[in-house]
Amino acid sequence: MGCWTAIAGGEQYRFEGLAQLLAAASPRRSGDDLAGIAATSDAQRVAARFALADLPLRAFLSEAVVPYEADEVTRLILDTHDAAAFARIAHLTVGDFRDWLLSHEADAVALAAISPGLTPEMVAATSKLMRNQDLIAVERKRRVVTAFRSTLGLEGRLATRLQPNHPTDDLRGIAAYTLDGLLNGSGDAVIGVNPATDSVPNGIALLEMLDGLRRQYDIPTQTCVLTHVTNAMEIMQRGAPVDLVFQSVAGTEGANRGFGVDLAILREARDAALSLKRAGPSGEVMYFETGQGSALSAEAHHGVDQQTLEARAYAVCRAFRPLLVNTVVGFIGSEYLYDGKQIIRAGLEDHFCGKLLGLPMGVDVCYTNHAEADGDDMDGLMTLLAAAGVHFLICVPGADDIMLNYQSLSFHDVLALRTMLGLRPAPEFEDWLIRMGIARPGGPIRPPELAASRLMQLAHEAGARG
Amino acid sequence: MADTPAQDPWAQLRATTRARIGLGQAGDALPLREVLGFQMAHALARDAVHAPLDAAGPEAALRPHPVLHARSAAPDRSTYLRRPDLGRRLHPKSLSTLPNGPFDIAFVLADGLSANAVERHAAPVFRACLARLPGWRIAPAVIATQARVALGDEIGERLGARLAVMLIGERPGLSVPDSLGIYLTHAPRVGRRDSERNCISNIHTAGGLDPELAAAKLVWLMREALARKLTGTGLKDDADPAALASTAGLPPPT
Repeated sequence: MGCWTAIAGGEQYRFEGLAQLLAAASPRRSGDDLAGIAATSDAQRVAARFALADLPLRAFLSEAVVPYEADEVTRLILDTHDAAAFARIAHLTVGDFRDWLLSHEADAVALAAISPGLTPEMVAATSKLMRNQDLIAVERKRRVVTAFRSTLGLEGRLATRLQPNHPTDDLRGIAAYTLDGLLNGSGDAVIGVNPATDSVPNGIALLEMLDGLRRQYDIPTQTCVLTHVTNAMEIMQRGAPVDLVFQSVAGTEGANRGFGVDLAILREARDAALSLKRAGPSGEVMYFETGQGSALSAEAHHGVDQQTLEARAYAVCRAFRPLLVNTVVGFIGSEYLYDGKQIIRAGLEDHFCGKLLGLPMGVDVCYTNHAEADGDDMDGLMTLLAAAGVHFLICVPGADDIMLNYQSLSFHDVLALRTMLGLRPAPEFEDWLIRMGIARPGGPIRPPELAASRLMQLAHEAGARG
Repeated sequence: MADTPAQDPWAQLRATTRARIGLGQAGDALPLREVLGFQMAHALARDAVHAPLDAAGPEAALRPHPVLHARSAAPDRSTYLRRPDLGRRLHPKSLSTLPNGPFDIAFVLADGLSANAVERHAAPVFRACLARLPGWRIAPAVIATQARVALGDEIGERLGARLAVMLIGERPGLSVPDSLGIYLTHAPRVGRRDSERNCISNIHTAGGLDPELAAAKLVWLMREALARKLTGTGLKDDADPAALASTAGLPPPT
């Protein structure tokens, strides 16, 4: 185990082991305080950053923050590390790497080339030395393109997940939200519902309704019921239309066990989804959600800070070539991210780490009612992420998720972002919006009156069903 | 948007949901009345998080079933919000007050993040379960404060119960500040993982799951849990409505 010292403000600080150094260097957040691993003073935090800046990137290949023998995520990270891709940056320290990332030489091609050579710990460490501005500057350069029925992640585009959650999974209610979202130009990344009841028959009913709606209106997007991966496998066995297999994942084997998954079951689920042959040629059939604090919440954090563990979750995602990944950044609550400032910082870190590792990284810009945050904080984070080229954002009607009891973004928020920053939906979906009279050719989305819209028929059916 | 409900096709859709749909526009943004309505709902939800549990109401509603009181190791609301670890463990003084069973089920009524939810919906769920469980050995109901879901593990273990049922206030949402959640755990003991529980959520009277139906689902899960000796991801909620009705009133599987 390494040991580092740094002198700051006339005092000498000592850090035993990489985990302790990373935790002390991390920007302040309540989850690390809760775990008892945060820096005990602001000066100690900055001292840790001085020490971290001088650390060779190579150090992360010789010292694991979670033991190799005890954790399959560590084994995945080290066993699949691409030494050839790493060679280009192997001589750098963490601080040098931060400077290189910001350099004009580090363009989209160069960043993509080194992705397989990066470990989550290297990326997390680097983020701790970067201001929010630095994170955004690098995120913006790193585009990741994925495709199913729509193509996501292209320059100048901003996609959305339409999240039509309902407290009792009422099919008419879910159809009504979906209609509202489509009329506002949302849903190009996925129409994805979190079921209130996590049962197989219920999941099948939801999938059949969403898939029927997609086919009837020929909408170039994907549908998903965000049920446990073992449910999805059972649902596929029963022949229901599964586009994407969803799972929440975390950065340690123990935390994943808390979610009831391991790498083997994820592999099996992906194979099952590929065998349905619904996806495009890129075979991107997985959708993952993550969020800082989940490993601590599952008491499986090994004394590692929550942001580093979050980046390790991206190594899990990366192994399964997902269409979509998002951090549910403010959902976990004030115990882990106390206020708007911490949520905004974490959202940018997660997007940075995910993109640098090559993931199609989206963000659920959100907060709960027990956090010290409000809509003003979300306005800030969504604008920063849109400037940073986020893969997709999540939207719910009126920003109010009445099933999961938290606030995400509204359809209106994304309309405003697209106007303010000149961002357009996924190209196939944009064409569909134009065909439906929702977007003007080559230009802005102008939600039509429901009564006059081509989707009114859908509304009639939604009203008549059940 | 049309002016009168008769002309507004959203009116019919809004009847199916409490979601904020068909809100109209001011440019790309929401109309001001919607912005202010949202801010008021957020203010009410924040107030609900901090409201203390008044145990007298639920206690009266549970009678004649015996009732015990417990509290977590979190001394107050602000500590509770920052220290979930303390909310998962019993206060030392509460440990000694719990009798040792054996019992088939321990019910815990816990404030969680919404005391209002427990005050309004926990007793109806409990009574509806009791009516479906003749012959089951049911522990005294425990009303727990500053409690997280996993506190039910320690209470259930202490009581010597085969199953722990946590009836707990969910985090308040904007539309519903009083939603109740149920967590069922087989062989409760400290250190159980969340994937080892089954959850039934969104129990409230504003378009959520009705307490009677929640109890029917819960009783079905309880019987399956005892028969298969597990809860969590290994126990799928696969019940059709007929199965929910047919198992009511049967004694517990051994």
